[in-house]
Amino acid sequence: MFLIGLVATGVSISAFLALQAFEENLLFFFSPAQVAAGEAPTDRTFRIGGMVLEDSIQREVGSLTLNFIVTDYTAAIPVSYTGVLPDLFAENQGVVARGRLDSQGSFIAEEILAKHDENYMSPEVAEALALSKELKSL
Amino acid sequence: MIPEIGQFALILALGLAFIQAIIPLLGALWRRGDLIAIARPAATGQFIFVMAAFIVLCHSFLNNDFSVLYVVTNSNTALPTPYKIAAVWSAHEGSLLLWILILSTWTLAVAVGSRRLPDEFAARVLGVLGIVSVGMLLFTLLTSNPFERIFPSAIEGNDLNPLLQDPGLVMHPPILYAGYVGLAVPFAFAVAALLTGKLSQDWARWTRPWTVSAWMFLTVGIALGSWWAYYELGWGGWWFWDPVENASFMPWLAGTALIHSLAVTERRGIFKSWTILLAITAFSLSLLGTFLVRSGILVSVHAFASDPARGLFILLLLGTITGGSLTLYAFRARHLTVVEGGFRLVSRESFLLMNNILLVVATAAVLFGTLYPLFLDALGMGKISVGPPYFNAVFVIPMLPLAALVGVGMHTSWLRMSGEPLSRRLLFPAGIALIVGLIFPFIVFGQAGALTLIGIVTGLWVIASSLLEPIKRALRKDSAPMPLTRGQWGMYLAHLGVGVFILGATVTSSYTIETDSSAVLGDRWQVGEYELVFRDLRRIEGVNYEATEGEFEVWRDNQLMTILRPQKRIYRVQTSPMTEAAIDVGWGRDLFVALGEPLGAGAWSLRVQIKPLIRFIWLGALIMAFGGLLAVMDPRYRVQRTREQGNLRKKPTKTI
Repeated sequence: MFLIGLVATGVSISAFLALQAFEENLLFFFSPAQVAAGEAPTDRTFRIGGMVLEDSIQREVGSLTLNFIVTDYTAAIPVSYTGVLPDLFAENQGVVARGRLDSQGSFIAEEILAKHDENYMSPEVAEALALSKELKSL
Repeated sequence: MIPEIGQFALILALGLAFIQAIIPLLGALWRRGDLIAIARPAATGQFIFVMAAFIVLCHSFLNNDFSVLYVVTNSNTALPTPYKIAAVWSAHEGSLLLWILILSTWTLAVAVGSRRLPDEFAARVLGVLGIVSVGMLLFTLLTSNPFERIFPSAIEGNDLNPLLQDPGLVMHPPILYAGYVGLAVPFAFAVAALLTGKLSQDWARWTRPWTVSAWMFLTVGIALGSWWAYYELGWGGWWFWDPVENASFMPWLAGTALIHSLAVTERRGIFKSWTILLAITAFSLSLLGTFLVRSGILVSVHAFASDPARGLFILLLLGTITGGSLTLYAFRARHLTVVEGGFRLVSRESFLLMNNILLVVATAAVLFGTLYPLFLDALGMGKISVGPPYFNAVFVIPMLPLAALVGVGMHTSWLRMSGEPLSRRLLFPAGIALIVGLIFPFIVFGQAGALTLIGIVTGLWVIASSLLEPIKRALRKDSAPMPLTRGQWGMYLAHLGVGVFILGATVTSSYTIETDSSAVLGDRWQVGEYELVFRDLRRIEGVNYEATEGEFEVWRDNQLMTILRPQKRIYRVQTSPMTEAAIDVGWGRDLFVALGEPLGAGAWSLRVQIKPLIRFIWLGALIMAFGGLLAVMDPRYRVQRTREQGNLRKKPTKTI
């Protein structure tokens, strides 16, 4: 009996902690249009995805900090990132970034997600683009 | 013509799989020896035809047969030969064929190795394996035929994804699959036991070596994958809690629980239905894993829907195998001959029970975090992903107490404690772990957080406790109580591996120095205790790629330690850039340099990392697997037939 009680307590404590960790670590995905419409949270980390706009990549010579614009061709959100980029980051390519919005509405990325394959487009990005196309045709 | 032979061989294999699935099971039901006898030839024949199909596919790759769609998409004339072979299992269709080949290899091994078992039982096991094989072969032939032709044939292939052009990736899938698929064997044993309605302790003894073998491959396969991700994905992480990784890790967790509960079932005849349930769970999780990875469902539930045939088939197969076996379990588990036996709180049984509970909790938490985003997406409730901090938390919470208990559990006896009290025996290893663990981090690294200390002490505790008995034996050779059996050696070694892993994972996670920096030729800068000099930058011509290679000198205390040459490759066919990190490998630490991208004015972005004890992570996994190997080789798994025939009396069971 004692053993069962001990186990039950242990399991419920860990289940509680697990759910809490889960809640804190959920990362939502938003398209640039959703961010522009103010649907994205300003107080927590989320992911944004779209295409890297042509000619939008700017970097000060020799600096690790990079600015570019991510777009779904409906809205455009400026993104800033400091660090080494994944291999397949390029203009006119899909990108997913994890980070948060600053007070000026630009997205400060902590991580730019790497893709494994140049033909592969993140489904989230594909969907964001499709959604944006739909909105335009209305 | 030749590819058609491959397809024809697969169809014949399917026919034999049907025979293997149906006739032996009927034979066992009706007690007809002639039908039972068909099981082994059918399994052998199936293996031969699957092997033939596999060889044909290899042949198409080696001869650049660009009339085969799968070869066109995954190979190229300029691809080096070893990678042409690896390309066979680099994508969906071919890796399914590899899956089937490995399943039929395991089946053949069971057919040969089960000669010591009662014929009726062996027939049931082979029949169940036949059912799994039928499902997979149908899946391949109906939805994912690797031999599909295109007309007109292509002139050149699209090449193998550069990421996969790596020795680690040549080995990783076959070994991982050997583990994944190997869990089909304990599954088949479990279902056969349910069909028989009887579960003897012999059953557990028959099942154990198969389970441990599969677990061994799975351990090495996961470690290889982690190692590959570390040096090839370019950025120095060793575990990402990526759904694909979780897919292989969940069967490992369940398999580990299974190994331990099998020990109880073998020794004490209890935990029977729990063991059966774990065997079913472990294999279902590996099926789930295969499909999560292979169906495209992970990329998106929508990609999944884009090929409804595959998606539907997958669900059907999972539903049939898992659902069918669980239904059987629901009806039959109660009828298993239950020998109830109690045990005390401080006994090996109760420690193994806790091991099982904690492992199952960890499995469930990982499963939840992996599947929840898929469900939410499927229901159209938004796109989310679950971050590594969740997995770290839910994994470490049950694993820390587990590791602490392992150190005690190893030294408990069945039924109850006996001899020297546990506490006195374990005082020594506990003391060493505490003293070394609390002092060493401060001496070597200067500082330590509470979690780091807990991790290090736990790792050392498991190591010290695993070494206790072997060292005792080594020190007092003559008065040693009893020599260790191979099974015991295996257990101590595997747990030693766990300790080494914990130590490595904790130290690496806590003390990695990671810097992203910008440098021009001739720059000299400090990272940790090392000084790096950017010496040279040049172009390199590879077999099927061109690369920019940087040259970095690494100095410490005014002594040149090594020269590192990381590359940025562009593969000619797919023209995608690839980072090849340069790593100075050491027991104490890895020094990792990766070339980022040009930043203008001759500057390059660089990632430099110092990762202390990272080798211990994979070393720990290898030690675990080696422990498994020793346990499998324990002679007591070999004398079964004679024992059953009563020629040999059962030895008193004091081992493990």
